[in-house]
Amino acid sequence: MRKFKKPEVDLVRFVLPLMALAGAGFGFLVGTANGAPLAGTAIGAVCGVILAWVLATYVPSKRTGIAATTVLFAIVGLVLAGSGGIVGGLIVGFVLGWLSYWLSTGSYRAGTQIYATPGQVLWHNTYKLICGIIFFFLIAPILTVMPLSFNAENFFTFTPAMLSFDPEGYSFKHYRDFFTNPDWQQALKNSIQIAPAATMISVSLGTLAAIGLSQPHVPFRRAIMAILISPMIVPLIISAAGMYFFYSRIGLQGTYIGVVLAHAALGIPFVIITVTATLVGFDKSLTRAAANMGANPVTTFFKVQMPLILPGVISGGLFAFITSFDEVVVVLFVGSAGQKTLPWQMFTGLREQISPTILAVATLLVGVSMLLLTTLELLRRRSERLRGLSPG
Amino acid sequence: MKFKLATLLCGAALATTGVHAQDVKMADTLTLVSWGGAYQKSQIAAYSEPYQAMHPDLKIVWDESSAEAVAKLRAMNEAGNITWDLVDVVAADAIRLCDEGLAMEFDADELLLPATDGTPASEDFGDLLVSDCFIPQIVYSTTFGYRTDMVGDTPPTNICDVFDLEKYPGKRSLEKRPINNMEWALLCDGVAKADVYDVLETEEGQARALAKLDTIKDEVVWWSAGADTPQLLADGEVVMGSTYNGRLFSVIEEQKQPVAMLWDAQVFDLDGWIIPAGLPAEHQARVEDFVKFATDTQRLADQAKYISYGPARNSSAPLVGKHADLGIDMAPHMPTDPANATNTFLYNYTWWADYRDDLDAKFQAWLAQ
Repeated sequence: MRKFKKPEVDLVRFVLPLMALAGAGFGFLVGTANGAPLAGTAIGAVCGVILAWVLATYVPSKRTGIAATTVLFAIVGLVLAGSGGIVGGLIVGFVLGWLSYWLSTGSYRAGTQIYATPGQVLWHNTYKLICGIIFFFLIAPILTVMPLSFNAENFFTFTPAMLSFDPEGYSFKHYRDFFTNPDWQQALKNSIQIAPAATMISVSLGTLAAIGLSQPHVPFRRAIMAILISPMIVPLIISAAGMYFFYSRIGLQGTYIGVVLAHAALGIPFVIITVTATLVGFDKSLTRAAANMGANPVTTFFKVQMPLILPGVISGGLFAFITSFDEVVVVLFVGSAGQKTLPWQMFTGLREQISPTILAVATLLVGVSMLLLTTLELLRRRSERLRGLSPG
Repeated sequence: MKFKLATLLCGAALATTGVHAQDVKMADTLTLVSWGGAYQKSQIAAYSEPYQAMHPDLKIVWDESSAEAVAKLRAMNEAGNITWDLVDVVAADAIRLCDEGLAMEFDADELLLPATDGTPASEDFGDLLVSDCFIPQIVYSTTFGYRTDMVGDTPPTNICDVFDLEKYPGKRSLEKRPINNMEWALLCDGVAKADVYDVLETEEGQARALAKLDTIKDEVVWWSAGADTPQLLADGEVVMGSTYNGRLFSVIEEQKQPVAMLWDAQVFDLDGWIIPAGLPAEHQARVEDFVKFATDTQRLADQAKYISYGPARNSSAPLVGKHADLGIDMAPHMPTDPANATNTFLYNYTWWADYRDDLDAKFQAWLAQ
């Protein structure tokens, strides 16, 4: 990389108008909240300009400047909206302070080539902004759920007590409800019994299928593959209705085994896909070498092939597990009240009794999912390292 | 072929046991279907817990599927695999299920116990036995609640205040179906109570009801689950909204939200049990035993300790006491209490049974406009 040389930035014609725009945006939000959007916009624009000018002219240290702005806005927030306003003030202050330095020091060109035209720089930053917004829209609903799950009331509402950070407004009672209510405990128990069993079946059958289908001499490989991964493509409601009538006739509807088999069928495609992907990097001459040294196919599989494709098998298994753990449509059809899983309980709970216990459970499940996905990512990196695809 | 043979054999075995239904052993599991939430909790406390205490070996399973009971019973019937023993449904659904042969017909005096003073069940339940398959449990009403802090100094007292956007600006929540809404609209458009269904039978009458609803359409939040309006009222997102009176009781008395009841033109409806047709003999015997217990005078009165719905038996009414946890008198919170029932509207089952499909389609089309 060439050393990055900071360009000169026109304070008056470039930084100040943009900061006015940013200030106006925040001012509009704050103003609307207080019933005066126009006044808010105007005041915000003026504040933005003054802030940028002061910071660019008198505070050369970026760190000091951002810290000072953040504290200043937090105090303003406190005065305007009480203790709840502090958080808003902190966020607005930090963003405005950072933006001001980002513009005035020329850092906004950092990711682009020195010869990029203003248009290209603009596009580069717009692109980053769009990515950020997409990320925000994906994450924001999940983040909103978390504080609401500590609500002291029985509704999905940010109460005034919560907004002003009154400890009285928060409680663990919905978590307590989850751990003491027999309905939720039964559902948790069912989920914990069904998901691992379904995962075991998916993983064993899916891995075998993937290995078989990777052999070039197997006839109709594509057709078989398409049939095996069809549960992933066919709308769930159709699989569910079909399974319901089929399982009813053979006496599996409303049984533990029925639900496990149904979930296993849903999980198999994930295992096949991940294991097939891992097998692409698998060197076939290794099995031939093993056979050459006298190992039978079973020994070869467990001693040579399995250890090498293990990351693919495990990540497929995790997907199968999450599929079963999060699944609500099929279990509503194939299961009966005795096999009520967590998602089922959440589904009926949302419809009949909007209780924040659902949010508490959702928060816990998000935590579990994050742990699983982190494991998955670590395994993927290990697999890449083993195959020499990445230098890390 | 093997399956068919097995089915035949099973069927034959069932048919032979069915003959001796009276002295058959009772099944040791019982699957009850209800609505979930506070209502199901009241049923558990009043019916199934005492029954469980009498039969410790019995396994009682609750399924919260009443909302889709009709569809699920149809599917079970088609698959030939009835997995529910007793299903809680509203009267209108019971009538539909009975017509389709999916619910068991019964003789009230044979299945249900007489009142404590010896009045036979058919008289004790009286008019509420609206279908040959329906075992009435409670009388509930659909009525409005409003935020006391959002209506100024003059709280609404009349159903037509719902349609008055000038006096009570803000959103209101209404159920996403024509039933009740169409009637209320006509009442507030100057139609006399007695004529509502006659007017609603005509194309012009239907257009008139929808036109009245049109005047507030932009300010309506449509709900489909009983828990929606309480949530919206607690949020302050709506000024007033319709829901079941028991849900409003819970919001006001248990959750202590600033909400009050507008009882005017409340619409009474019934909720009760049906026994699915074609149960195996053992399950049949168990269900009949449970129903006898759960619908006696004392049990129906007990349920009112947990939720503000009126018991369906005449003989239970004097036994209604205080709320189990709050200790407040339940009688003034009953929809049937004289002070609340000064102006009530009778929901016409038979009329809606004939016109429901047609009006549902019209209403949905109007919603989509």
